[in-house]
Amino acid sequence: MNWQLVPQFAITGLLAGGPIALTALGLVLIFKSSYIFNFAQGQLLLMGALVTWWFSVEHGLPMWMAILLALILSALLGLAIERLALRPMTGQPLLSIILMTLALSQVLQGLALLLFGATQRNFPQLFSAANPYRITTPFVFNDRPVVVILKQNLTWSFVVALLGVLVMGAFFRFTKTGLAMRGTSEDHELAQSIGLRIHRIFGLSWALAGVVATVGGILLATSSGLDLSLSVVVLAAFPAVLLGGLESIPGTIVGGLIIGLAQGLVAASKAPIVRNAAEIMPYVVLLIVLIFRPEGLFGRKRIERI
Amino acid sequence: MAILRPAGEFDTHYARDMATIRRPWQWWLLFAFILALYTLPFYGSQSLVSLVNRIGITIIAVQGLNLLTGYTGQISLGQAAFMTTGGYISALLVNNLGWSFFAALPVAALGAGIVGLIFGLPSLRVKGFYLVMATLAAQFIIPWFTRNAFPDVLNRAQGLNVQVPVLFGFEFNSPQRYIYLTLTVLIFSTIAAHNVSRSRLGRAFVAIRDNDLAAEVLGVNLFKHKLQAFFLAAVYAGAAGALAAHNIRHLNSETFNLTDSVFYMGMLVVGGLGLDLGPIFGAIIVELLIEGATLFGPFFISLFPSTAAGAVQALRPLFFGITLMLFLIFEPRGLAHRWYLVKAAWRLRPFSH
Repeated sequence: MNWQLVPQFAITGLLAGGPIALTALGLVLIFKSSYIFNFAQGQLLLMGALVTWWFSVEHGLPMWMAILLALILSALLGLAIERLALRPMTGQPLLSIILMTLALSQVLQGLALLLFGATQRNFPQLFSAANPYRITTPFVFNDRPVVVILKQNLTWSFVVALLGVLVMGAFFRFTKTGLAMRGTSEDHELAQSIGLRIHRIFGLSWALAGVVATVGGILLATSSGLDLSLSVVVLAAFPAVLLGGLESIPGTIVGGLIIGLAQGLVAASKAPIVRNAAEIMPYVVLLIVLIFRPEGLFGRKRIERI
Repeated sequence: MAILRPAGEFDTHYARDMATIRRPWQWWLLFAFILALYTLPFYGSQSLVSLVNRIGITIIAVQGLNLLTGYTGQISLGQAAFMTTGGYISALLVNNLGWSFFAALPVAALGAGIVGLIFGLPSLRVKGFYLVMATLAAQFIIPWFTRNAFPDVLNRAQGLNVQVPVLFGFEFNSPQRYIYLTLTVLIFSTIAAHNVSRSRLGRAFVAIRDNDLAAEVLGVNLFKHKLQAFFLAAVYAGAAGALAAHNIRHLNSETFNLTDSVFYMGMLVVGGLGLDLGPIFGAIIVELLIEGATLFGPFFISLFPSTAAGAVQALRPLFFGITLMLFLIFEPRGLAHRWYLVKAAWRLRPFSH
């Protein structure tokens, strides 16, 4: 371990966990209401970021307007996906639904490549890259105080991600629509029998997932640039969701932060082989979770009957 | 699949009743088809031969996935990772230890099978999405291993140059020659897959797929059979990976990637899950689609100038995704199922039901 660097890497890892948590939130939103695990979330995120870039850079709209338009478009995209691709799948076996979202991810990836090309884009900087925040920690190592540097874009995307999760959590907890969505997640037929329009709720959750994905995409694009590989963040979000529990909104934050922290700590190691393991760290955590606690930290354990 | 037999055909003993190929003319037809495939290098163009070669290798990988996903119902996104394993084992045995490819191929298949067993272990505790995640983990951990472990043997991200298989001085160094190898392995793998599907093992797999709890109550050992399914799938993947590696003659951690795993799943659904013909139909249709994407590329470049060189890469997932979605909505049981329906309708003609 490179002890001098540990606090820095731990904090950077935690901050990187913010966007992961936001992506995980999009997955949980859809899973909670419709019981679909959306493998296309990464591509939704990519689409959101690309559309924002298109409005703001290609068409020169002010940033807030570009973001607003992108949010509206992504909500519509979510609605369209639910209506065209997932509704015919109602009542189909799990395998078909998983494959449908996988097919969707391929289609969206292909569309993104076809419409926007594979070149690396300069996404407008929302937060200044210069003047990172410096925090002097009370710890002293080798007679020097340990200073932690927080990049502005990472910090603010972390804050926005956290806010997003809190807002969604409050929405599910306190609004009538949120209650209806929670009810739908318990049992589709029961929800329908008490007069909830479950297809409208599925549509709403897909639209929300699109919006959340776009926010995540914008945050990631401002901190790490915009190209087609943006969608791979979702591969770190899958383990985060399972770690937090598939139905749990607070779980996404905890899962995202743990995954980010694990990646950060591994990257602080001195041995190159351990340092390189940062990229597969989410999946190592995932395997441990699957073996010891498959329902995740805050998920519900299901009892199966024939 | 209810088997409809033409009127007037009576079986006098059980062996005949169980036979896959029932009539002399079917034997002749099969023989002619196989002969046509083996003589393809003499009359087919080079691109056709290499396409058939590629399809053959893909079919082997998808057949393995069919045993695991189609029959046993365990969803796996790790097939490409097991192909990587098989490819590396075979390449190392041939390159570093000087083995013959024909000795290395079964060892590579077995080695991949053992790795498959390890990643199949979570299948007893978890299923559905969770199992997809566990196999997805294989898809990340195995390529990472080849990139980072034993750098002097595995040569990091650059990967390995793989030697050409040689048999009694005959070098399989072009698709025209390699196709004999592919076809031979393919014939064996098809016979094996068919025999698994109609034996006790295959019926146990189907019981687990249809209802695993009920199967367990009936005395099917879940753990054993799920692991056997993972083992078989990975053995097929290992053989396919070794074949592909010696065909391309280069191998690195990205040769078989997550997209390939997704494509194999898609091929299986397009062809027909849990049917012997499924992998064959699916692999052919999807590979032809990909070829089509290559052909249509220039036309699309003129439509979308912003993509330019990327158009072919863009069309491939687009065509594949749209085809898969249409199949899932309109024909979720796949082409092989439709083929059986057409056959049944033909036999019942003129009474369609």
